[in-house]
Amino acid sequence: SAAMELEASGAVGGRVAALATGYLGYRRGGPGRGLELRSLRRARRQDVCDVGHKYYLELELQDIQDKDSTISCTAEVLYHLGTKSLAPDVQVTLQGELREAEEEEKEFYNRIRSLDKELVAENIPDSHGHVPPEMEPIFLLARAASGYVIWQNSTENTKFQLAQIKEVKQVKRSDEYLEFDYMILLHEMVSQEIIPWQMRVLWHPQHGVQVTQDKRQPKHPSG
Amino acid sequence: LQLDFWREPRGPGQPVDIRVPFSSLQALKVHLEANAISYSIMIEDVQALVDEEKKEMLRSRSGLPLTTNTFDYSTYHTLEEIYSFMDLLVAENPNLVSKVEIGRSTENRPLYVLKFSTGGTNRPAIWIDTGIHSREWVTQASGVWFAKQIVQDHNNNQGVAPILDNMDIFLEIVTNPDGFAYTQTQNRMWRKTRSRHSGSLCIGVDPNRNWDAGFGAAGASSNPCSETYHGPYANSEPEVKSIVNFVKSHGNIKAFVSIHSYSQLLLYPYGYTTTPAPDQKEL
Repeated sequence: SAAMELEASGAVGGRVAALATGYLGYRRGGPGRGLELRSLRRARRQDVCDVGHKYYLELELQDIQDKDSTISCTAEVLYHLGTKSLAPDVQVTLQGELREAEEEEKEFYNRIRSLDKELVAENIPDSHGHVPPEMEPIFLLARAASGYVIWQNSTENTKFQLAQIKEVKQVKRSDEYLEFDYMILLHEMVSQEIIPWQMRVLWHPQHGVQVTQDKRQPKHPSG
Repeated sequence: LQLDFWREPRGPGQPVDIRVPFSSLQALKVHLEANAISYSIMIEDVQALVDEEKKEMLRSRSGLPLTTNTFDYSTYHTLEEIYSFMDLLVAENPNLVSKVEIGRSTENRPLYVLKFSTGGTNRPAIWIDTGIHSREWVTQASGVWFAKQIVQDHNNNQGVAPILDNMDIFLEIVTNPDGFAYTQTQNRMWRKTRSRHSGSLCIGVDPNRNWDAGFGAAGASSNPCSETYHGPYANSEPEVKSIVNFVKSHGNIKAFVSIHSYSQLLLYPYGYTTTPAPDQKEL
């Protein structure tokens, strides 16, 4: 059927935009660069018979570390009908170039490689929303990696966002990759749930971010 | 007489300062008057000053604010500090601000509302609440800031000052104090109240789903373990019931504003339906 215009400021558009942004973060983000949604300009929806719902989005993104640095992009998202285990199909096209993050990433890479002991940290940001400057790349890496988890687990009725790194432990490796085991908290907007999620993240300056293993955790047993 | 000379006698014609124990007061007065020695009282009660200073020192050591001008509005505060702030604001502005206890939370914490009024009787009023969802810390912090801002506006005759000419403002800064205390000590992400209802393993009700408007409709959960659990029935939560009782008995609340964080949205009634409210345009 034909594509139907959606209210860009509506709830559904927001969810699809969050998914597309997460996906793009996974593909193009890293310890030196994070992107967040600035605005959803346009959203259209098309029902594809026996397949699912397809959305066409026009987005504006901004650099987390420099909010005046923006980039436009278009996204196509297909949520599959019925089966819950199929992640949505996502395609994102950038209109322009992203800021270079090579230097920051190289600096982070060298710093971690030269540590005497494996890095361990928790509560990033802390309860006051503060991220210590030296932890910024660790946080951005988690953000990029969480984009994978968000992408794989999103439906039209969810809107995920990384809320906090509960704990991160570096995993010793004999090759040139950096590996971190993260316990993150995802906030799901529709249900308002805070969901602990464990993920193993590989990263290399030339090879980008990879989530090699991830697992949803039981809810905080706070009663 | 056990007189304590704070300025010693230096010769005729020179003033003398004396701290007089209470028990000697009368005797000394009689003596001075009998000898035509003029005197004046510099400090009525030295003990009161000493007590006040001791309190201030304890307060500054424990981190409690001393005045609403030295209060740090750019950082998050504990429940104790916020309640202390409220008392300071009232003490500093007794003709404008008063504190009302509208009820008690599940864990028996007082539910305080600040009333801003320039007079009149039961004037039409605006209600503002912050912190109904305890993890939304920037809202309680904003409530503290609003309170100070209202006072400053009034003093400078700008901003909301014209509103106060004809209306009162009621502001509940920590609408969910049990949840707030829990976010400080146990779980930063706690959202709901801390009530236990029979037959459930999970604690807490989403106070913003507990109102008697479309109760149990879309957007709320009947699962007690859910973050949006609406509760066993409308107004089951004392935090919510207290506000309902207050608003109903006041009878003249003209606007009701509830502050939340993380969304950058302005929402108007009603949350459980997509049908616009009758006065949507005006809103």
